[in-house]
Amino acid sequence: MEANNAELSPYHVDKKVKKSMKNNKYRTYIKKLIKSKTGIVGFVLVLSICFIAMLAPLLAPYDPYKINAAQMLIPPVWIDGGTSNHILGTDNLGRDILSRLIYGSRISIIVGILSVVVAGFIGVVFGLIAGYYGGFIDTVVMRLVDSFLSVPTILFCLVFLTVLNPGLFTLIFVIGVTSWVMYARLVRGETLSIREREYVKAARTIGVSNLKIITRHIFPNVISSVIVISTLSVAASIITESSLSFLGLGIQPPTISWGIMLSEGREYIATSWWLSTFPGIAITLTVLGIIFLGEWLRDVLDPRSRGM
Amino acid sequence: MWKYFIRRLLQVPPVIFIITLMIFGLVYIAGDPVLMMLPADATPQEIQQLRHALGFDQPFYIQFGNYIMDLLRGDFGDSYQYGEPALSLVLERLPATLELATASMIVAIIIAIPLGIWSAIKPNTFIDLFATGFSVLGKAIPNFWLGIMLILIFAVNLHILPVSGTGTWWHLVLPSITLGTAMSAEITRLVRSNMLEIMSQDFIRTARSKGLTSFIVIFKHAFRNSLVPVITITFLQAAALVGGSLITEMIFAWPGLGQLIIQAVYEKDLPIIQAAVFVTALMIILINLLTDVLYRILDPRIKFN
Repeated sequence: MEANNAELSPYHVDKKVKKSMKNNKYRTYIKKLIKSKTGIVGFVLVLSICFIAMLAPLLAPYDPYKINAAQMLIPPVWIDGGTSNHILGTDNLGRDILSRLIYGSRISIIVGILSVVVAGFIGVVFGLIAGYYGGFIDTVVMRLVDSFLSVPTILFCLVFLTVLNPGLFTLIFVIGVTSWVMYARLVRGETLSIREREYVKAARTIGVSNLKIITRHIFPNVISSVIVISTLSVAASIITESSLSFLGLGIQPPTISWGIMLSEGREYIATSWWLSTFPGIAITLTVLGIIFLGEWLRDVLDPRSRGM
Repeated sequence: MWKYFIRRLLQVPPVIFIITLMIFGLVYIAGDPVLMMLPADATPQEIQQLRHALGFDQPFYIQFGNYIMDLLRGDFGDSYQYGEPALSLVLERLPATLELATASMIVAIIIAIPLGIWSAIKPNTFIDLFATGFSVLGKAIPNFWLGIMLILIFAVNLHILPVSGTGTWWHLVLPSITLGTAMSAEITRLVRSNMLEIMSQDFIRTARSKGLTSFIVIFKHAFRNSLVPVITITFLQAAALVGGSLITEMIFAWPGLGQLIIQAVYEKDLPIIQAAVFVTALMIILINLLTDVLYRILDPRIKFN
């Protein structure tokens, strides 16, 4: 039974052939990356931000939490009154902005990735079930999707945050739970068409269980589109995180988030512009890198969905 | 067409039901608000009495049923902060938000359509690069940061526009640019790709070979044919606009729905949140419905099925 099944699925071809196919695939990926200038920019940006987040204690010149009343609101080094001790200046409590930016990257990366994992998991499971079983289950899931789509994500997050206590895990949960619908819609659509392919029909005919068909024959075929969407939605999650933290409803001080830095800096906008400018640049660069990387991934993995 | 419209319309009640269930479930999970209404030194007996009087000791489905009956009468309960009906507080703030949303949409269209067309008729030139850069940056820059930067440049440094508040048309400029930019990024991209596709088609070549001026070919032949998806996306972006206006309103102290909602979240004023989510969702559902129908009316090639 198992052997028959394996022959029918294109994902169970002879191991040797598979290996060489894989090598070839990676080679074309890399070739395409080198061709795409924005792809390289995105790749380098994302990689460096991940490194900065991981190595924050080694890279930060100062303790980002350390208050220094003698050195409040020092401007960046290239402005009159700036010192090379604090390249990007200090904030209203005399904390080094560069060090705080370096530490702030951690929250963005953690929330961005984990909330996408939560959303992706819920969405893929719902999408697979709705697409595979169809009928009543599909209708229910689709109406649920419609309901979630008719409330803007940020408003939905605010609703949850009214009743939940703010914090890192609340934030990951809330962003994840409010943004699963994209995955569900995508996976459902793909499952609907894959379900009708010959090899799935054949697997069903020889009595393979539904669970096995879904996990071994359908799921592997939707992974590439899920990866593309996930990458792009890490960017959206990072913006949502910083917006909520900016409003004081996300990450809570003293934990450092770029959103918190922005909202603290906003009060000093008339006198000290650098407080609110640099965290914004950090968010923009991170999001830009992820978008570039995501668009490159789309070109490579899922060229059909271009322009979606 | 009517068959399609009715079927589409029939999808609306379940969605509204699910949203109602969610906003009700929120309060149910949050625990009954009786403790917030009574003074801190209330006896357990007094708590029990009020809980009974307000029906909070009844099972979930009865409470939910009562909630729906209240909703049908337009009663979302009274705001904890203001003591007034939550729905009327929400509706009072709606015009200001709609004003800002309309202005942002106008800004978005004014930027996006010329930029999209221009970059499509001159592909791979500086203007094309600029348009592509603009549409990527528009997506990457967080809305609220853009708002703060605009305040910094135009209000704090150049003193040509007010920092925040309402009153004159000038007050509308910065918030609507803030909100409109992200939207125009999306539309620019779409106009560009549509125009590129259409400009390569046969009827454009025919029009050109007839000796028509490029102006007529571009606007009368090409642009008109690219309008349908543009209109659709513009409407669909309206939903994103409501979300974006939340923070933009707060930054610019714009007295709209967004400000009310965020204040309500701080104060844990659940009736306002519930009413606001319901009204917002209803608006978005209606916009989507209209867009769907309009899309099919404007473009007869799309079948009603």
